[in-house]
Amino acid sequence: MIAMMASTAPTTLVHLSAVDLGIIAFYFALVLGIGFYLKRFANTGEDFFLAGREMTAWVAGLAFVSANLGSLELLGWAGSAYQYGILAAHWYWIGAIPAMVFLGIVMMPFYYISKTHSVPGYLQLRYGSATSALSAVTFAIMTILMSGVNMYAMAVVMKVVLGWNINFSIWVSSLTVGIYVAAGGLFSAIFNEVLQFFLIWFGALLIPILGLIETGGWKGMVARIQQNFPGQDYTHAWSTLGRFQDNPMGMHWTGIVFGLGAVQAMGYWTTDFLVVQRVLSAKDIRSAKMAPIIGSFFKMAVPLIVILPGLLGLAVLPMHLVPASSLQPGQYSYNEVLPLMLARYCGPGLLGLGITALVAGFMAGMAGNVSAFATVWTYDIYRPFLRKTAPDQHYVSMGRWCTLIGLIVSIGTAYLAMGFASIMDYVQALFGFFIAPLFGTVLLGMLWKRVSRAAGFLGLLSGTLSSVGMFTLMKLDHRWVSVFALSPKAQGLAQDMYQALWSCVTCVVVTVLVTLVTKPRPDEELRGLVYSLTEVAHEEHTNFLQRPLFWGIVALAALLVLQIIFW
Amino acid sequence: MSEKHNIIQVWFFVGVLLLVYGFLIFASGLAEWSHPPNTVLAGLHAPVWWGGLLFVLGLIYCIKFSPNRKA
Repeated sequence: MIAMMASTAPTTLVHLSAVDLGIIAFYFALVLGIGFYLKRFANTGEDFFLAGREMTAWVAGLAFVSANLGSLELLGWAGSAYQYGILAAHWYWIGAIPAMVFLGIVMMPFYYISKTHSVPGYLQLRYGSATSALSAVTFAIMTILMSGVNMYAMAVVMKVVLGWNINFSIWVSSLTVGIYVAAGGLFSAIFNEVLQFFLIWFGALLIPILGLIETGGWKGMVARIQQNFPGQDYTHAWSTLGRFQDNPMGMHWTGIVFGLGAVQAMGYWTTDFLVVQRVLSAKDIRSAKMAPIIGSFFKMAVPLIVILPGLLGLAVLPMHLVPASSLQPGQYSYNEVLPLMLARYCGPGLLGLGITALVAGFMAGMAGNVSAFATVWTYDIYRPFLRKTAPDQHYVSMGRWCTLIGLIVSIGTAYLAMGFASIMDYVQALFGFFIAPLFGTVLLGMLWKRVSRAAGFLGLLSGTLSSVGMFTLMKLDHRWVSVFALSPKAQGLAQDMYQALWSCVTCVVVTVLVTLVTKPRPDEELRGLVYSLTEVAHEEHTNFLQRPLFWGIVALAALLVLQIIFW
Repeated sequence: MSEKHNIIQVWFFVGVLLLVYGFLIFASGLAEWSHPPNTVLAGLHAPVWWGGLLFVLGLIYCIKFSPNRKA
C-alpha cells in the first residue's frame, strides 16, 4: 500500500517517516471504528438523518463549523491570504459571524419548531412543492459536484505534497467517508466532524506559533512583508477598501459589507443545508439557538490557523508563490503555502499530524456533502415525488444507499474535474448561484406572512436565473464586469459578491411584486412557519449567561473589536 | 450526549485521538532530540512540548469522559 501511495512523483514537498504514516493510519482506523460503533444507533429516519435530534449545543456547534472547515477551506484561504493579505479574513469575520448569530437568534426557531428535516423541507411547508423541488434538485446536484471537485482537489494536493497516486487518494478517502457515513448516518458524520475539528486545530496551530517566533511577533512579520513586497498593504482589513484599485482584490467596501456580509454570508450560513443540518440535530431549541453562536466564536478564531500562515508565508518564504494558472516547473502556487509552511517547521510526527489535519479537513467536507445529499434526496425528492408512503426503515435504507451512490457519482465528478482544469472555479461559482436568492426566499417567507406560494417560487427562480445570467455575461465579455461589479478592476471574488447581491435583490423585488398581486395563504396554514404567527419560547427567567441572545451580542462585540484592531 | 441511545460521548474519542497522537509525537521528539530534523526552529524541540500537551489533554479527556465513569 505504501508503495502504491508513494507511486512515481518525481519531487514532493515533504517526505513522511514511519511515525507520520502511523499517525495517518490511526486516523483512518479510528474514523472507521467510530462509524461501525455508531451503526447500531442509526435505526430510524430521525437517527440516521438528524442524529436522533439529541446533540448538545457544543457538539452541534463544533460540527457546524467543522463541516465548513473541510474541502478547500484550509489550503484555499491560506493561499488567498498569501495573494490578497488579511482581506481574506473578511470571509471568516463579517462574512460569517453576523450570519451565524442571525441564524441562531432569528431563523433557527422556525427551522426547529417546524420539525423539518431540511431547508427544502421548510420551503415545502411554507411555499409548497414547486419551490421545494427547485431548491432540492439544485442543492442535490451542486452538493455532489462540490463533493467530487473537493475530492479531486484533495488528490491533487496529496500528489503535490506527498507524491501519492491521485487514484489512490480519491478511492481511499471516499471509500472511508462512504463507509462511516453509510453506517452511522449523521451521528457518524457529526462525531467525526468534532474529531476533525480538534485534529485541524492541533495540526495547524503550531505553524502560526512557530512563525511568529521566527518573525519576532506581529510587528516583525509586518516589517518582513513590507521588505519582501514593498509598496503593497497586506495587513489592513478595511483601510484599503475605499477604492477598487487600492487593494489586490479589486474590492470596494460596499462589496464586502453588502455583497459578502449581507447576502452571500447570510445565504450560505442560514440556508445551505450542509451546515444547517448540523444545527437541526440539536437536542432542544435552546441548544439549536446556541450551536451556531458557539460555532461563531471558533469561526472567528480560524484565521489564526488559515489566514496567519498565509501572511507568514509572505514574510518568511524564500520564494514568491504564483497563481496556479501560470505555474512553471520549480515554482509553487498560492494554494501550496500551507504545506510549504508545514514543511518549514514540522519534522517527523508533527508532519504526520499536519498532513492528517489536511486529510481530515477534506474528509469532513466530503462527509458533510454526502450526508446532506442523502437527506435532501430521500426526504425532499424521493419521498414527495417517487414514493410517498413507505415504512421509516425503507427511507433509512434509501439514505444509506444514496450515501454510497452519491459518493460514486462524486468520484465520477472528480475524474471529470481532472479533465477540465477550470471546472473547479465554475462549480464553486455555480454553487453560489442558488445560495444568495435562496436567502431572500427563506427570509421573506419567515418574516412576512403575506408572501404567497407563487411569489416564493417566482422570486427564487428569477433570482437564480439572474445570477446565472450575470455570471455568463461577465465571463463572455469583460465590459459587463463594470456594469455588475461596478468597476473593471473587480477580480473574481469581488465579482461573486456583487453577483450575489444583485441576484438576492432580484429575488426580493420579484417576490414582493408577485406577492402584491396574488392571494396570501390563510394564517392557520402558516403557524410555526412565520414570525408573526409563531410562539417562540422567551427566556426572561433564564440566567443571562445561558441566553443565546447574550452570547450573540458578545460574538458581535468581539467581531467589532477585531475589525478595529486590524482596521 | 445521548440519553435516548446511551452512546459513548464524542469527547472520549477526542481524548483517545489526542492521547495516541501525543504519545507518538512526544516519543518521536525525544528520539530526535540529539539529531533534530532539518527544519526551521528545530532547536525548540516542538514535538516534545506539543506532543506532551496533546498527551496530557488526551489523558484528561479520556478520564473525564470515560464510558465507565458515572455521571
